[in-house]
Amino acid sequence: MRDRWISLYVENQVGVLAKVSGLFSGKNYNLQSLTVGTTEHEDVSRMTICVTSDDVTFEQIKKQLNRMVEVIKVVDITSAPLHMKELLYARINDIGPDEMSQVFQLAEVFKVRVCDAGEDCLILECLLTTESNDELIKLLKKKFKKVSIVRGGAVAMESISISKR
Amino acid sequence: MSITGRKLFVKALLEENVDTVFAYPGGMVTDIIDELYKTPEIKVVLPRHEQALVHEAEGYARATGKTAVCLVTSGPGATNTITGIADAFYDSIPLVIFTGQVSQNLIGNDAFQEVDIVGMTRSVVKYGVTVSDRELLGRQMKMAFQIAPAGKPGPVLIDIPKDIQLASGSGEYPSYVDIRGYKINTSVHIGQLKKAYKLLKNAKSPIILAGGGVNIARAGDSLRKFAEQTNVPVATTVMGKGAIAYDHPLYIGNCGMHGKYSVNKAISECDVLFSIGTRFNDRITGDLNEFAPKASIVHIDIDTASISRNVVVDVPVVCDANAALDKLLEWAEPKDTEDWITKIEAWDKEHPLSMRCDLGLCPQSIMEGINKVFPKGIVVTDVGQHQMWASQYITLNEGKKMITSGGLGTMGFGFPAAIGAKIGAPNQDVVCITGDGGMQMNMQEMATSIIEKANVTVCILNNQYLGMVKQFQQLFYGKRYKITCLRRNVDCPDDCKGPSGACPPYLPDFVKWAESYGALGLRVTEPGQIEDALREAKANQTSTVIEFLISSDELVLPMVKGGNAMSEMILK
Ligand SMILES: Cc1ncc(C[n+]2csc(CCOP(=O)(O)OP(=O)(O)O)c2C)c(N)n1
Ligand SMILES: [Mg+2]
Repeated sequence: MRDRWISLYVENQVGVLAKVSGLFSGKNYNLQSLTVGTTEHEDVSRMTICVTSDDVTFEQIKKQLNRMVEVIKVVDITSAPLHMKELLYARINDIGPDEMSQVFQLAEVFKVRVCDAGEDCLILECLLTTESNDELIKLLKKKFKKVSIVRGGAVAMESISISKR
Repeated sequence: MSITGRKLFVKALLEENVDTVFAYPGGMVTDIIDELYKTPEIKVVLPRHEQALVHEAEGYARATGKTAVCLVTSGPGATNTITGIADAFYDSIPLVIFTGQVSQNLIGNDAFQEVDIVGMTRSVVKYGVTVSDRELLGRQMKMAFQIAPAGKPGPVLIDIPKDIQLASGSGEYPSYVDIRGYKINTSVHIGQLKKAYKLLKNAKSPIILAGGGVNIARAGDSLRKFAEQTNVPVATTVMGKGAIAYDHPLYIGNCGMHGKYSVNKAISECDVLFSIGTRFNDRITGDLNEFAPKASIVHIDIDTASISRNVVVDVPVVCDANAALDKLLEWAEPKDTEDWITKIEAWDKEHPLSMRCDLGLCPQSIMEGINKVFPKGIVVTDVGQHQMWASQYITLNEGKKMITSGGLGTMGFGFPAAIGAKIGAPNQDVVCITGDGGMQMNMQEMATSIIEKANVTVCILNNQYLGMVKQFQQLFYGKRYKITCLRRNVDCPDDCKGPSGACPPYLPDFVKWAESYGALGLRVTEPGQIEDALREAKANQTSTVIEFLISSDELVLPMVKGGNAMSEMILK
């Protein structure tokens, strides 16, 4: 069992997202994240899907996706060199000046931006890999009492020249 | 030239050469139905329930090989079709289902008879869509007729809002549409197929396993030739039955949960299992770890997703059964399989398929009677013990086919599917083998049968129970039958163990019921009456219901308990 990544080209039509996500729930596949947006062709959407599965199930998932009429192309990007980032906002509430400066330090270490602030709160805007976001969340939750998080799921594109994510 | 949606709808059906539509009216399809009234080329069949409507379409599609067309109204008309659609999906039957929908300005308002039928059926159709633009109607109808029969056939649902039926727009119905996400693999991967054949060539004790895909592809002829040219024995699944004639010397019988002892044994012992068009579902394999443990497995199937899903396959070949067999025939050379076949025959002698028939009316004698009186035609079954007895004892060949609900196992399928088969093949005899339980799930269709003059011989094997469930309760659940007994009433004791003189009368009286429709009703209680009753039915000018009163204690044997290895058969 491990995380796998699929880049899925689909018809940009009503119901396609429901159909794809319904496949994962209906067949008991373990969906981790799914993002969707249009591409350079306005009638084509591209989904980035992360699923945790064994080899056999993953093969089956790809085949099931492939046989959907609305699916144009299934690309397994699990081991492809690619750029992959996820947008995350973290709001840290009820903090004093000391904790504020801690947040700024963390932001510097993780190379993320403090994008908004109030008297006793800050918002971090983080564009990181999913793993780094996971780590950042862990740290924030440990250090501060009131943290609220929203994250978008990762999007990915095959890389041109680099081999690192 | 600009025409209305309803006119384009009918034009499309005509261009698709649709001669029959199974339709049930309602507010959101009245326009289309009105248009169909003006089209004498298309016969409109009115069933009595939309679930049965879809089963009738399934029977029609199976009997003719054509895509069958359904038309129902929105809301309850649409939801009633779901069981039939799921049945067609699991048994790969090409259907196009048109549902009326409320006008687009009302969608989402919880309007009268508005349901999201496309959403509800998403997991049991090959493709489903609500037409959202009058200019898309032609394209989407064409897509439906292209997708339903292609590759692994199945149902397609097109939901048409009322305003689109009325709106004017292009009168063009395309002769072909390009669907970029749906390309059927029509080529044969020669390398893989060669590998597969090489395995078979080097095998000492091979079996060819033919599934429903062989029947769907109508590849029986090539299958027989291939078996004959290689001398390899052929087994079938329930859905593959009939792919090769019952009396062919190389045919060994059905495998699976209620298959023959010798066949399951042969699959457990074979060194190459050369399978074509089966999805290896749990009724075929039993415990997966113990399935064909000594064999290398070849799996030829049109559907990539069916391959390597349930069993680990050594040589997968994605290909249509006919195309694969035609290629294989070019290479086929005779093998020496005499010892192997002798072995299988010995296993068959050890535990032949047979029932005890000296105590009165027994299912095997009824099936043999049907074989004798109806050597040709179409046998349609419902779901339950009677279905398994039919799969064991009904004999099939080129002139005789069987239609059954295998994937979904839908009680209530048999009778309407038989009517649909008769409508599709009016010159053939159609026999429906059904249970007393399943018959009552769609018995309203007797009206359809009578008004359409679609005469079928309905054989009800009345054992007074939901027999297949009772069998499990009898064997594994302490013989507690409270709601599997169909004779029980509120005054009966809770712990009744079986019928006695004190039982309330069986409801309904099937003979009187048949007569109330103007059909012929017969009751058979003695073995000597079987053939006479069947002959009378065959000669009769309306549908006939023959109620066979059989014992409640008959079991379907052999049997493999769900999840057990196929070699662990219960024989007695
Ligand atoms: C629609 C539906 N409901 C329930 C079942 C479960 N089921 C399978 S066989 C069976 C009993 C069928 O009884 P009957 O029609 O009398 O046939 P028999 O087994 O007695 O021959 C039942 C309840 C089913 N397959 N389909
Ligand atoms: Mg019964």
